Amino acid sequence: MADFTPDEMMTIAAARALRNEDVCFVGIGAPSAACNVARLTHAPDITLIYESGTIGTAPEVLPLSIGDGELCDTAVTTVSVPEMFRYWLQGGRVTVGFLGAAQLDRFGNINTTVIGDYHKPTVRLPGGGGAPEIATSCGEIFITMKQGKRGMVDTIDFFTSLGHGSGGDDRARHGVTTKGPTLLVTDLAVWRPDPDTKEFTVVSLHPDVTREQVQDSCGWTVRFADTLEQTPPPSALELKTLRDLQERTRIAHGEAA
Amino acid sequence: MAKFQTLAEAVAENLKDGDTAAFEGFTHLIPHAAGHEAIRQGRRDLTLVRMTPDLIYDQMIGMGCASKLVFSYAGNPGVGLLRRVRDAIEKGWPNPVEIEEHSHAAMANAYEAGAAGLPCAVFRGYRGAGLAEVNPNIRSITCPFTGETLAAVPAIRPDVAFIHAQKANRRGDVLIEGIVGVQKEAVLAARRSVVTVEEIVADFDDVHPNACVLPHWTVTSIVEIPGGAHPSYAHGYYPRDNAFYLAWDKIATDRDGFLAWMKTNVIDSGPDAFAGRVVALNGKG
Repeated sequence: MADFTPDEMMTIAAARALRNEDVCFVGIGAPSAACNVARLTHAPDITLIYESGTIGTAPEVLPLSIGDGELCDTAVTTVSVPEMFRYWLQGGRVTVGFLGAAQLDRFGNINTTVIGDYHKPTVRLPGGGGAPEIATSCGEIFITMKQGKRGMVDTIDFFTSLGHGSGGDDRARHGVTTKGPTLLVTDLAVWRPDPDTKEFTVVSLHPDVTREQVQDSCGWTVRFADTLEQTPPPSALELKTLRDLQERTRIAHGEAA
Repeated sequence: MAKFQTLAEAVAENLKDGDTAAFEGFTHLIPHAAGHEAIRQGRRDLTLVRMTPDLIYDQMIGMGCASKLVFSYAGNPGVGLLRRVRDAIEKGWPNPVEIEEHSHAAMANAYEAGAAGLPCAVFRGYRGAGLAEVNPNIRSITCPFTGETLAAVPAIRPDVAFIHAQKANRRGDVLIEGIVGVQKEAVLAARRSVVTVEEIVADFDDVHPNACVLPHWTVTSIVEIPGGAHPSYAHGYYPRDNAFYLAWDKIATDRDGFLAWMKTNVIDSGPDAFAGRVVALNGKG
């Protein structure tokens, strides 16, 4: 049995996808952990941007919110929120947007708005925040989420942010010129969109994960690449970096009163 | 000209039933003390505008202050859902709340348009997004030069904006440092503004020439309330009380527990209690 958890594998596999020269708009939660592991391992010069206006931030602990003070303390500069969304995001200066999802479909469309009907929701989720424009303005989009049939569904209840729409060139038909989702990292596998249909396809299974496990925790019929790779397990450095970061974070945020 | 007032006076003079009010502060400098005063004064039928409703609107909506919410992210950041906001939207408790939902980019642009005196904001957004189909205030406009279709939303022009800041000087100029959010835009977009501050100083003799300062003649009322942003934070004074944000998830879970907490900590309390709430946090950030 490997000495790492599926969650750790997910975060580390997601971190590996980021490049040292990337300018990355960081979503909160799993994306934030992955982005900071990348910064603390192979991508020390990566520019991390949080929507609170903090540009080039290097937090010692993971922020609970997108606007914790440490993001500002360690940033190269902090701009207003209108400037963030106008000059930096809409201006096309962000190479990667890293998002999580409550509900995801096979084309990388994300729902974080409602479960059920919008006007009479079964569950009212927080909503999109920055995601609708992050999804269309960043050069490309990485998505990370744990697999599950409630999260990875055939049809999402609401289009919070556009992925590849109905597939193929649907994204371009919406007037969007950026690449959209190019990577999905789950706790079980690495997925890439098919070049033509844009459907997410499993290209790499994490260590000891089977095809059946991937299919059993996904709400659509999963496509697997012809040559399926195995994700390299976390290195000792990657694991230590992630665990140290999470331990510092746990201590810093304190226990709930 | 800014008036120096007590919080009770400032809220009573500037916030009326039925007003459109923006209590802004993007994670940082959220004017919680002012929100509590609005609850104590029993304001009703407010249209509450805020990018991230956060705990402040969870509390105001749970106490029945609002009939409409304009927002772009209704979560407890990093923790989960806003349980009182959810209860109002899903079940109409304590009263039904109409929602007008946007993206962050739209709200930020709309505040900026309000500050700039424009009727609407124009930006490249909402492409392929479901909100454009459910919110009639999301429309489009064609660029007269390139023919590009762009999103348009109405400018935000609140009756009153409430913000919290680090300092005011004796003239009433206001200094905001750290994550500045949309507070400058919210104040300049609003007809009236109430600014609570950590401290009032003689003057700002040591600030950077490019610092974010609201001149005194743009502010209606100033109130000194140390700790007034808690459980949000004031950069340079005290850090975000993340443990409280985690604890709130439990406090707000059920209606009775929420009401009991609000009675003890808001209804039967006052602005002076805020200083004590941040004492234990000082030195941590």
